[in-house]
Amino acid sequence: MYSFDYHKPSALTQALEIFQGADDPIFLAGGMTLIPTMKQRLAAPTDVIDLADLDELRGISLVENGLSIGALTTHNEVATHPLVVKHLPVLAELASTIGDNQVRNRGTIGGSLANSDPAADYPAALIGLGGSVVTPSRKILGDDFFLDLFETALEPCDLIVRIEFPLPDRAAYAKFRNQASGYAVVGALVADFQGRIRVGITGAGPCACRAIGIEDQLMQNLSVDVLDLVEVPDAGFNSDIHASAEYRAHLVKVLTKRALRQMLGE
Amino acid sequence: MKIEIDVNNKVHEVVIEPNALLVNVLRDQLQLTGAHVGCDTSQCGACTVHLDGRAVKSCAILALQVAQSKVVTIEGIGDAENLHPMQSAFREHHALQCGFCTPGMIMQAIDLVTHEDNLDREKIRQGLEGNLCRCTGYHNIVSAIESVADKA
Repeated sequence: MYSFDYHKPSALTQALEIFQGADDPIFLAGGMTLIPTMKQRLAAPTDVIDLADLDELRGISLVENGLSIGALTTHNEVATHPLVVKHLPVLAELASTIGDNQVRNRGTIGGSLANSDPAADYPAALIGLGGSVVTPSRKILGDDFFLDLFETALEPCDLIVRIEFPLPDRAAYAKFRNQASGYAVVGALVADFQGRIRVGITGAGPCACRAIGIEDQLMQNLSVDVLDLVEVPDAGFNSDIHASAEYRAHLVKVLTKRALRQMLGE
Repeated sequence: MKIEIDVNNKVHEVVIEPNALLVNVLRDQLQLTGAHVGCDTSQCGACTVHLDGRAVKSCAILALQVAQSKVVTIEGIGDAENLHPMQSAFREHHALQCGFCTPGMIMQAIDLVTHEDNLDREKIRQGLEGNLCRCTGYHNIVSAIESVADKA
């Protein structure tokens, strides 16, 4: 790991000030991706700004339109917090499948979303549940948040304060788990908001996205069989050692079906 | 940088570079060599320690990050005359072969029985996802953890 200056601000405004005054700074949340990346020298920031002391980035609460989750909430906290388990069980379940226990004790929802790893789980939830990302200056709709591989709508000097999720009537998440890493080769989150169906897909393309074609079909006929009628083109999908683009397109259908079956209780 | 870190209920003053990893500070500066560096890529779990009561991989944490936290290593849970129940269970069930993964296994196993209810063999196996045993001695490791979970 290259050397850097370490900062641990105690207020959000201070964190942003340090960021603005540094050459090539980076925010550190749980560090489960950032620190291994720095160890491999794939990232070499001049300044690491540890967000751990920022209380503004913590806490889980019910808000007007759903559930608000602080950016520094760990995966295990999401998986077990009574408010999440009660009001958004699909998110608790999703969080419990991320990585391994030690990673879930440390990795955070804000860090995962800000990283926009194409195979991360939370992006499917942000998209599938139609959530929003709240930064110090604005609120970004989940649909507008992921731009590309490891690229989001966050400005350079921007960070996630909390994430707001609307509460669906019912929802389910299914993923095809990479045996070694636990990442989603493909993951699908299906949610039903009084007949308005949303489908969030992760793992398939460069970043998480909605499956609009599938949503349209499901809104006409909410059944597993209808998915047999949908064509999922593999153009632009990832192709790597784990799966070809063609196979990923196949998995989009399979996992949407699995999630749908689970949601419908079939 | 000079910082204080609380390891095994004792506050230590150490002088470290910002890029020092927790596992290296534990091993090289505090001579607590129980946490092992197996893969150094946060996959094998041999470096697992407790941070504020939860199992974490100390090769993926900067020592500076834990300045206000409590760290417990394998050395802090028991000693040769007074083994932790999980250590006794590993001994009774012959849950170690070469022993390299054992400290990490035990620290993760304690987290598992502390925070998970109704553990069965399948759940224990899932709970050990982040810990690799190169001797592939999982069977007895699962038995040891199961015996502690049953008594809890």
